[in-house]
Amino acid sequence: MKANQRPVIVASKLSKYFGVKQVVSDIDFEVIEGKCFGFLGPNGAGKTTTLRMIQGISPLSSGQLHVFGQPLPEAGKFIRSRLGIVPQEDNLDPDFTVIQNLRMYGTYFGVSKTVLEKRIYELLEFMHLEDRANEKPDQLSGGMKRRLTIARALVNDPELIVLDEPTTGLDPQVRHTIWAKLRELMQQGKSILMTTHYMDEAERLCDELIIMDQGKILDHGAPSDIVTRHVEKHVVEIRGDFSVIIKTLENLVDTRLEKYGDTLFCYADQTGEILDLLSDQTELNTISRPCNLEDVFLTMTGRELRE
Amino acid sequence: MQYYQLPRFGRNAWIIWYRNLLVWRKLIGPALVLHFGEPLIYLFGLGFGLGILVGEVEGMTYLTFLASGLVASSAMMTASLEGTYSVFTRMVPQKTYSAILATPIEVDDIMAGELLWCATKALFSGTAIIIVAALLGAVESWTAVFAIPIVFLSALCFTGPAIVIASMSPSYDYFNYYFTLAVTPMFVLCGVFYPVSTLPDLMQSLVYLFPLTHAVELIRPLIAGTELQNASLHVLVIVGYALVFYYISVVMVRKKLVV
Repeated sequence: MKANQRPVIVASKLSKYFGVKQVVSDIDFEVIEGKCFGFLGPNGAGKTTTLRMIQGISPLSSGQLHVFGQPLPEAGKFIRSRLGIVPQEDNLDPDFTVIQNLRMYGTYFGVSKTVLEKRIYELLEFMHLEDRANEKPDQLSGGMKRRLTIARALVNDPELIVLDEPTTGLDPQVRHTIWAKLRELMQQGKSILMTTHYMDEAERLCDELIIMDQGKILDHGAPSDIVTRHVEKHVVEIRGDFSVIIKTLENLVDTRLEKYGDTLFCYADQTGEILDLLSDQTELNTISRPCNLEDVFLTMTGRELRE
Repeated sequence: MQYYQLPRFGRNAWIIWYRNLLVWRKLIGPALVLHFGEPLIYLFGLGFGLGILVGEVEGMTYLTFLASGLVASSAMMTASLEGTYSVFTRMVPQKTYSAILATPIEVDDIMAGELLWCATKALFSGTAIIIVAALLGAVESWTAVFAIPIVFLSALCFTGPAIVIASMSPSYDYFNYYFTLAVTPMFVLCGVFYPVSTLPDLMQSLVYLFPLTHAVELIRPLIAGTELQNASLHVLVIVGYALVFYYISVVMVRKKLVV
């Protein structure tokens, strides 16, 4: 644990409107130096807009936002010089090779030539892209592109790395590689702020989480605390024709039932009774597991489909 | 409102200019074919072919008349194409500007860099035409070297409107409005191929509202070695267009990217 509790980002009563539509509503949060901080929420929760305000390229509608102790939007330029930003969508420069992408990006930051060349080689090595240095982004796989985008965000040796859904659309191996790299960066003392809608990602990486929906903060805390706060210890998922036993299940004390799609979720701290009831229902498909963030997320933000 | 602030010019503009130069250098082969091939074809085909029919125009050979007109129109064409197609590509599908805006570089720097770059590219094509014209014996005076900065200045005034169009268009197809309604009429009417004085009176006063007419009237005498008339008026019109449209283009792009 790092003793340092200095905040790198402080937001108070932060709001953003697009026309009359409020996409971020009066949110308050602090990101502590050296920690990994996550915004978790469905599409349209206001996560990306919040990140854009932190970058200083989206003007605040109201409230205050300080990054590295400096106010936005006034200090945008200074703040961006110490930020590393990994956007959700690929915006690598297609006209340049891998190494030229890094070199050009370093030039945007005004990194001196000697420092830049040394750093580029370290970054290529760190992200396992040495063999691809002279290829164009088009020739890279999705995972390599994302690694290059992360390398690009590190070219100015930032104090805070901001990632917008860093592993969306990537295969499991690549996701694990990226998580390992992010943990390595945290060990180097960098602060991380990320958005995600993957619960496993949030649980694996984040020291602290904000659950957002429709521009508001629903809860805030360490992932395990959030789980204890909002859901029971265990859940039994039942698929199949559960109509025969639903009445019996409803009569159980300390059991909460929720139906989503074709699945019945039975939440309880002790699942012994539920499992006993199910033991002779062999035609039903059941899974018993401890509750995780996914249950919190679904319970809090509802299970209807979001676009 | 910060969208309407006057544009700032900073050193960072040159980084954007440099980025575009690096990309251009990668495609130098096709660029040279365009810059030297096009004028060669125009001057050979039209200059010699039409020239026989036309004879002398305003006291110069038709080849010189046409070459000097094409130097001016190439400033317009190059800046208009780069300011629409290339700027749109970097702004929308490629998201190059979004990537750059995650660094200390700001919208104003990007726009200033694009302005300088579009004019630089026009400078390359204008200079290429002057070289081709000189090789064909169509350049009558050493004052032609002064036409080069005028090409740069003229390109500045055509870049602004082009970027305005790029920032308004949902897709490449919408550029047709601008090219058909503004660029092509200027190309045909503003004295590139024939003297403006041959137009009906009303048309004559109308074409003097277009900046290309003024660019032609500055560049032609410098290449033909004839007397330059109303130079300060022409420069003033071009600078006026450049300033007004550059300001509008910066405001438009700020509104598009900083939301």
